[in-house]
Amino acid sequence: MIKTTKLGRRAILAGAAAGSALLAAPGIVRAQSPVIRVGMLLPRSGFFAQAGQSCHRGALAAPRVLSDLGYRVELVHIDTESNADIARTQAERAINDGVHCLVGSFDSGHTLAIAQVAEQRQVPLVINIAAAPPITEQGYKFLVRNFQTGPQLVTNGLRLIGETITATKIAPKTAVFLHANDTFGQAQRSAMDALFPRANLPFTLAESIAYDPRAQDLSVEVTRLRALRPDLVLVVTRASDAVKLVRDMVRQRFEPMGIVSPGSPGMYDEEFYQALGPLADFHISNLPWVNPRSAMTKALEAAFLAANPGTRFAADAFNAGFTFEAILIAADAFKRAGTTNGPQLMAAIKATDIAEHVMIGGPIKFDEKGQNPNIGSAAVQNRNRTPTVVLPADSSAAAPVLPMPGWQGRA
Amino acid sequence: MPFDFYVNVALQGILTGLVYGLMALGLSVIFGVIRLVNFAHGEFAVVAMYLAFVFFAWAGIDPMISMLPIAAGFFGLGYLLQRHAIDPFVGRPEHEQFILLVGLAIVMVNGLLMIFGPDLRHANLSYAFDSYEIGTLLIDKVRVYAAAASLVVSALLFAFFRFARTGMAIRACADNLTGAAVVGLDVKHLYALTFGIGMACVGAAGALMVVLADATPMLAPAFTLLAFTIVIVGGMGSMAGALVAGIVIGMSEAFASFLLAPSMKSMFSFGLLIAVLLFRPQGLLGKRK
Repeated sequence: MIKTTKLGRRAILAGAAAGSALLAAPGIVRAQSPVIRVGMLLPRSGFFAQAGQSCHRGALAAPRVLSDLGYRVELVHIDTESNADIARTQAERAINDGVHCLVGSFDSGHTLAIAQVAEQRQVPLVINIAAAPPITEQGYKFLVRNFQTGPQLVTNGLRLIGETITATKIAPKTAVFLHANDTFGQAQRSAMDALFPRANLPFTLAESIAYDPRAQDLSVEVTRLRALRPDLVLVVTRASDAVKLVRDMVRQRFEPMGIVSPGSPGMYDEEFYQALGPLADFHISNLPWVNPRSAMTKALEAAFLAANPGTRFAADAFNAGFTFEAILIAADAFKRAGTTNGPQLMAAIKATDIAEHVMIGGPIKFDEKGQNPNIGSAAVQNRNRTPTVVLPADSSAAAPVLPMPGWQGRA
Repeated sequence: MPFDFYVNVALQGILTGLVYGLMALGLSVIFGVIRLVNFAHGEFAVVAMYLAFVFFAWAGIDPMISMLPIAAGFFGLGYLLQRHAIDPFVGRPEHEQFILLVGLAIVMVNGLLMIFGPDLRHANLSYAFDSYEIGTLLIDKVRVYAAAASLVVSALLFAFFRFARTGMAIRACADNLTGAAVVGLDVKHLYALTFGIGMACVGAAGALMVVLADATPMLAPAFTLLAFTIVIVGGMGSMAGALVAGIVIGMSEAFASFLLAPSMKSMFSFGLLIAVLLFRPQGLLGKRK
């Protein structure tokens, strides 16, 4: 005998209610969580691994500092494998697994991929490092960037080049701009093209050269530099290509007055010091840096060394500092909002006002586009294989040295 | 622009191209005889780079010297791999060979990531920053050494295939497999020897590459692609073609970087590949079938 069951109106309504409750459960759990779960999306393997690992070390130090400050945070460490598609997929998975906020992701291309997911899922994304201007120009409502845009980096970088020239009394006549041909490098190139003519610097830009950052060597690029004979070489590099660049300059005995980055990684990374030894010294990176006088920086440094034995905070300061601050922003917003509900948490993040923090600059605040306009820059020169602030004078640890000493006397 | 800069760029292209050529030679030898495409070629080259790095970092042995034991070890590894893992796939559909070798490649890359991590590994040789100055020319010492070693290894390989009885037997297998089997040649043994020789080439090339580039697991796919490009441009299975194409690709990349834009150099090697496939599909020195 076949038994039949009739589905009545009440049964359907009850089923629908139960289904809705089941579907809403992760959101309810998320909103009621006593601790904020932050998904750390960083390129810890692949092409950007060196920088991703550096950021990761900062993240490892963060919970201890934040706990001492009364914040409750739980980090979920996720590797984006230096791949934008994987970054997007991992962001989806992290949200499905219940993270309340995303932090990442060092590379602008990856960050844009994650931003789309964050927007669709209404989960806040706090950008630690990524400079491409479009990130905050596309109307995303669920992201903030606590990092300078490419034009800001270049504007501050060029200003600091002018100040360095004044302080060292050198008289460069020409420069060449050499940049990695990736999302970040192209953004810097656009900013340079727009801003250099207005910077009133006492030298001309002879040429801009884009190179493949994954190239096995940069010997031909350096031969071209030699042919142009610029006094200054302005570079936008990543870690490994900065090593290749200097190595080929030494081999080809090309000695400009200085190698200056108007805002890019590469020349302050541990990998750069390890690979080049004394040849890593005297190169200048103009970029946001940790404020050595801040109490929070000191606390971060102590926690960093405890969490990462055998590493140097100085070489990781940039990546670790910004990554820490991104987590701080999320934790602070959670504390004020009292909820992990996406839109409410995002509203709290947008209302951030943190006066005491790690990086040089004014209070952490965000404009209507989600950009923090208060981040400062410093001229950081490699001295004895340690990044050392040389400008601005009020936070410097040494005076800038240019022209840099010749290669031959150093090895 | 002064003429000596062009000569300098040409020399850089030739010297780098010779090392590229040696790496592609291994792929060409294996394909020419066994008709098997080694999709894990670049991965083996990177393993050799790491071995050279380890020899240097732990024992201070220069990669120019450590390339000998590395090549010998790779020969043995290649022989065993062919006899026990690859031989059953010879003659089977190409997609099965592809899956086997790609699987091997993935295992190697992830193994290297687990052991060494993703960071670049440098062999900081005492002469890494030295260069020869000849008139107005400046030539990197490491590049000269690596190219010279490539030439020596290639010459030995050519001599082996030309004059040694085993080399001639391998060529017989490549020319007429049935005939070689009929006259009593141990084809399986000769195939394994061939795979071992191809692996020895890639082992030597990988060890030499570590003086030119920093080792990282992520280099592997690029090396595989580069070796394929060179072998196709030179002519599948042509040993001389691999060396010539290595130099042609090295020079085309160097001049594209110098005269146009460095970021366009890969475009030129692939442009060359497309032109060869369109107008001379057998490759520069390959035989028309």
